[in-house]
Amino acid sequence: MQRIGVFVCHCGTNIAGTVDVAEIVEMAKPEPGVVHAAEYPYMCSEAGQNMIINAVKEHNLSGVVICSCSPRMHEATFRKAAEKAGLNPYMVEIANIREHCSWIHKDKAEATQKALTLTRAAIAKVQLNSPLFPDESPVTKRALVIGGGIAGIQTALDIADAGFEVDIVESTPSIGGKMAQLDKTFPTLDCAACILTPKMVDASAHENITLYTYSQVDKVEGFVGDFTVTIRKKARSVDFEKCTGCGACSEKCPSKKSPSEFDQGLCTRPAIYTPFAQAVPNVPVIDREACLKFKTGKCGLCETVCAPKAINFEQEDELVERKYGAVVMATGYEPVSLDKFGEYSYDSSPDVITSLEFERLTNAAGPTGGALTRLSDKRKPKSVTFIQCVGSRDVTQRGKAYCSKICCMYTAKHAMLIKEKYPDIEVNIFYIDVRTPGKAFDEFYRRAEDEYGVRYIKGQVGKVIDNGDHLQIQAVDMLDNKKMELQTDMVVLATAIEPVESAKSIATMLTASIDTNNFMTEAHPKLRPVESPTAGVFLSGVCQGPKDIPETVAQAGAAAAKVIGLLVKDKLMSNPCTAKPDELYCNGCSVCENVCPYGAISYEDCEVNDHGVREVRRVAQVNKALCQGCGACAVTCPSGAMDLQGFSNRQIQAEVDAICR
Amino acid sequence: MVYSYYPGCTLKTKAKELDKNARLCAQALGFTLEEVEAWQCCGAVYPMGTDEIATKLPAVRALHAADEKGQSIVTLCSACHHVLKRVNEDMRQDKDLRTKVNNYIAQEEEPYTYNGEANVLHYLEVLRDQVGFDNLAAKVKNPLAGRKIGAYYGCMLLRPSSVMQFDDPENPTIFEDFIKAIGAEPVVYPYRNECCGGYISLKEKEMAEEMAGKIADNALSKGAEVLITACPLCLYNMDKKTGETLPTVYFTEFLAEALGIKEE
Repeated sequence: MQRIGVFVCHCGTNIAGTVDVAEIVEMAKPEPGVVHAAEYPYMCSEAGQNMIINAVKEHNLSGVVICSCSPRMHEATFRKAAEKAGLNPYMVEIANIREHCSWIHKDKAEATQKALTLTRAAIAKVQLNSPLFPDESPVTKRALVIGGGIAGIQTALDIADAGFEVDIVESTPSIGGKMAQLDKTFPTLDCAACILTPKMVDASAHENITLYTYSQVDKVEGFVGDFTVTIRKKARSVDFEKCTGCGACSEKCPSKKSPSEFDQGLCTRPAIYTPFAQAVPNVPVIDREACLKFKTGKCGLCETVCAPKAINFEQEDELVERKYGAVVMATGYEPVSLDKFGEYSYDSSPDVITSLEFERLTNAAGPTGGALTRLSDKRKPKSVTFIQCVGSRDVTQRGKAYCSKICCMYTAKHAMLIKEKYPDIEVNIFYIDVRTPGKAFDEFYRRAEDEYGVRYIKGQVGKVIDNGDHLQIQAVDMLDNKKMELQTDMVVLATAIEPVESAKSIATMLTASIDTNNFMTEAHPKLRPVESPTAGVFLSGVCQGPKDIPETVAQAGAAAAKVIGLLVKDKLMSNPCTAKPDELYCNGCSVCENVCPYGAISYEDCEVNDHGVREVRRVAQVNKALCQGCGACAVTCPSGAMDLQGFSNRQIQAEVDAICR
Repeated sequence: MVYSYYPGCTLKTKAKELDKNARLCAQALGFTLEEVEAWQCCGAVYPMGTDEIATKLPAVRALHAADEKGQSIVTLCSACHHVLKRVNEDMRQDKDLRTKVNNYIAQEEEPYTYNGEANVLHYLEVLRDQVGFDNLAAKVKNPLAGRKIGAYYGCMLLRPSSVMQFDDPENPTIFEDFIKAIGAEPVVYPYRNECCGGYISLKEKEMAEEMAGKIADNALSKGAEVLITACPLCLYNMDKKTGETLPTVYFTEFLAEALGIKEE
């Protein structure tokens, strides 16, 4: 029989307001095994913890039940307190009487009854607890960053500066990401390239950073501290070592009709290309679907003009296997498809463009050299109209329920960029709400309206009609409560952003969770915002949720700090609450192996001694480093051979019995 | 193929030619329209009130009658089609309504239960999906070559698109494909899915005329000589405003003309 202490927390009035704490203490005392029960306003405070420590010593407690908030909040706190008192930390159980009880109930008598039930269940469980001991595992002191935009670059630079090796895997031929496509950045209007390209060069030149561009993650195995990742280096058809980046190949390439990905399809590029002039690395790739040599076997002009003989048509994809201690997701975003938004005539009218296309159009290095012209007739527009929240804050199936967060600011920026260059162009902005929290952000938006005379119209656009020489907009002016029509020459759609499609499959490989919008889930939305719930996986940039450049850079640094905190450790202590098979009961059926999401279960032929009979049987083995303690195997095992330490079948049964008593 | 046919009140009074030509053309195209027995007025407007079932019962009765025969139910009038299709969807999705309606029907002389099993089709959908526009084109004896026809969809066939499932609500094509099939030239104009004003013409004549006027101006500017519609109310509003400059006719009239069976 354990000697159990029960400690009931008031949590100020959070618990005590709805649950009669004194009654819980009194009712807990006669429970089997309970030798001490006490209450305190804040059990997590230092005084509260000392109260537990002293009680353990004074009453020689062997098990502790804390009736308080969720174990996600303070389980670790109380385990540490128990350890200080000389107890095994796994002899502590939490009865969650806050989130599961006081916060969700109003009636005090009922809530008290429920809190008592939860307390009895925890007491019944701790009766069967036994000390558990974590294992140690080594840490590979190298990090992988997936995605080479500003998020990935900043995370990699920060980790590398701390003295650890970092690899960046980027799917396109150059690092830089979306930021490289932007013209100016809000709220200071400094040029994106001017502040980004030095960082790209730094990343490329850093002795601790290896770039895998035009590459993708094919496979991830292992666990925190010891990931094994297979990287596919897609065939560039250009020898990386020999290429000098002179550009002669791109110049001579006769197949120049492919839409430029970097310029959002507003102009074309050759089949052998670097995405943009400042690309890092400055080594071109051959787009095999556009290349005449690959399509017809004839041509090879690039090979002829390449002085260092770097062109290699026979090059194949290369698979590289590397080990990492930590992985950072920095996969970024894409604007949503506008297929389901027919009312804006994006597909049918060349003068309706997206904001990202506008960035290229207004960029001095863009397809028009920064001149603002209509794509239909190359005429300078007299009026440009922006439509915000295209697909954002849209609760219908076609849209995204969330706010894309960056659009209000970049639309104000676009408006100002137009007015700076062409004060005579009339600029209208349709908005639902203007949301500009952030340092110097609201001032920025007000400047657009007050100083530059941008017309903000509160209302949504119902239809954009292309009448040839101009566009006609049907909308509602919500402040006037009137339908309105507006003639304009160009429409720019502030399109919602969503995580890149590949993020989902990469997250699956990492067994990291994603939310309903395919954004990566944080371990805790407030307290652990840059960590995934999967140990060793960290989050940087828009893959976790919409954010602008300053926020992305801040989060990138935070993710790097977490990675560094992990990589400086020589060994990791694993969670001992893992699955454990009983080889006498196991019949080797493979059911548990099939349900294990972490690949932690394998089978071995073992000699077992079954009541005096010695024989070799195929039995399940659990890799404790891989096991995350989810319990899927334990509930699936038909013979009851699999058990989860700390949450054994007997313990769960005891809890259920206590609840049903 | 035999379909249950729900004509609706207007097709028995003001819009007789919509009904008559549709029946003639069905014969010529090889399908039969069997009028639902003892059908009642659909209500003409989809009832938005959620606390009243009486307004949805006529639609339920017609839907059930068709389903009992194992036939899809075909409509012509946009408003009838809209009401039948949406009530049917309600009977599928809205458990509360379904219970109330079925409890009510259980008290009738011949009780039954109805859970939205019927398949509601618009005549144009039959032409597109069952007959096929290619087959229709092959049966055209009198192609309307050179005629510039603007399709006027109105709103009731298209929206709400998740329920109506008729065509792309922003850029529909079914009418244009129909116009091509009968040998004429479709005139695509942006206002073809704008509202004609509907019943607002009873209360605010000027507003309805303004709305219809914009549609007609837009169609004229793109070169339309005539508009076709499936909706008696659209036709009424359009005709009132621009009957002389830009006539609006039922699509079945042109269909009958193209098939060479139009009765003068």
